[in-house]
Amino acid sequence: MKELHYDVLIIGAGAGGLAAAVEVSKHDTSCALVERESHLGGILVQCIHNGFGLEEFKEELTGPEFADRQVQQVLASNVDVYTDTTVTQLDADGDLKEAYCFSPAYGVLKITAHAVILAMGCRERNRGNIRTPGTRPAGVYTAGLAQRLVNIEGYIPGKDVVIVGSGDIGLIMARRMTWVGAKVHAVIEIQPYPSGLTRNIVQCLNDFDIPLYLSHVVSRIEGKDRIEKVRVCPLANGIPDEDNSFDIPCDTLLLSVGLVPENELSKEAGVQINPQTNGALVDATMMTSVDGVFSCGNVLHVHDLADWVAEEARRTGRYAVAYLRDERPKRQIRIKAGANVRYINPTMLDPDNPDKLYFRSLIVKNQAKLHLKLDHNPVKEVKISHVQPSEMLHVKVKPKDVASWNIMKDSVLEVSVE
Amino acid sequence: MSRQEPIQEMICISCPLGCHLSLYKNDKDELSVTGNKCARGIVYAEEEFYAPKRIVTCTCRAESRILPRLPVRTNASLPKEHINDLIKAAYAMTVKPPVACGQVLIEDFKGTGVNLIASMSLGDGH
Repeated sequence: MKELHYDVLIIGAGAGGLAAAVEVSKHDTSCALVERESHLGGILVQCIHNGFGLEEFKEELTGPEFADRQVQQVLASNVDVYTDTTVTQLDADGDLKEAYCFSPAYGVLKITAHAVILAMGCRERNRGNIRTPGTRPAGVYTAGLAQRLVNIEGYIPGKDVVIVGSGDIGLIMARRMTWVGAKVHAVIEIQPYPSGLTRNIVQCLNDFDIPLYLSHVVSRIEGKDRIEKVRVCPLANGIPDEDNSFDIPCDTLLLSVGLVPENELSKEAGVQINPQTNGALVDATMMTSVDGVFSCGNVLHVHDLADWVAEEARRTGRYAVAYLRDERPKRQIRIKAGANVRYINPTMLDPDNPDKLYFRSLIVKNQAKLHLKLDHNPVKEVKISHVQPSEMLHVKVKPKDVASWNIMKDSVLEVSVE
Repeated sequence: MSRQEPIQEMICISCPLGCHLSLYKNDKDELSVTGNKCARGIVYAEEEFYAPKRIVTCTCRAESRILPRLPVRTNASLPKEHINDLIKAAYAMTVKPPVACGQVLIEDFKGTGVNLIASMSLGDGH
């Protein structure tokens, strides 16, 4: 078995892993970047639509272009890249972390490192996760799988399409399927509001007169070998109103019903998971409950924008390098998700080095206010023009904010939205 | 003017905010816009009213062992009425590697000044 040693090992070479690798390599630190696919860039490569890069590169790019820019940066650095290489086990108890990998080029490979950055991304929720009754015919795909078939493999999954879920991937696929000649009959959303960006409702649905059924569910899938129709049922006060349900004939059902961080490897390594995000619990330096193991990007919590994944990953890379140099926070206080906040990441704040916090609202509201309270005392207030659960929010805590705070050892910072 | 009915309402797609815009016309046939939170909303509303445009992203066939489809896009927004024809032209095309990211595949489509460009590089080895 071939054995290699690095200062930092990064698992996953999507938007997060690539950004983290570039940052780590800037600090005279050796770095291995391991990717299970044969290409770098992860899911970005199949996201051929525009809308990426406005923050990271200050211009509007498609997914492959965004990935290409990141890949060029990695290839110009001293990072060692291992593609077609799958990490199957991570032993992270000791000072020296050990990752066991399989690759056609090396066979079994053992990579040891002093710090590990988890950047494995997420995967799609499927029919089982939303428990849709009915038969089990062919023609039911997750939206991301259909996106891969159309954009990379060059196959069209079907001609008469219904989409479940109005998340951005579902909306983008409604337009994509229309542009490859399919007819998209409807998008069905369980919530009373769309879960994707408004601009995607306009340019992916309204442009093609695709109806969006809010507060509706697919209550039955029918078809023997291939899906033939779905039953669509309105919700009245959250309860299915079967009397007013109707059928939509279709040969394809695409599911865009959320993403789950892919943390099997992390859990086996002993990383504690936050039930609110299905990602790791991390401290102010993006370090998990396992010393020297960091997490960032969609494996930490599902982001809306690749740009924010890259930003978070860059910070994580910086913190991993600081860890190698024994530069750890002198103190950390707990951050608590308060009223109307689903979760906040990270869950700790270093008062001597405050940083950006990402969070999600539980409510839909215009002219909302973000409140920060330290031990129940208001310490900061920020106006936000619009909040909704599907749009991730962020707040930057600045050193000058913290300067006037009366911080105790067991202080708690509470973040709430009103 | 404020009592007048808007001639059209639309949602701005310039950025993720998604402002709800109302368009009005005065007696001189001049357009005015309300509801926009920034100047881009006015530009968007005028374009969307007189000549709506969109960025188009799709794929074309690639003569490649590992990548059968090459992602492509327009380098600028294309007037809506030309979108279906552009997509047809892209699907009818086969590109041979090497292709550089940003390389022009169709120049000045139907005199619109808009080019179709590759949005990924495809090396010789593919």
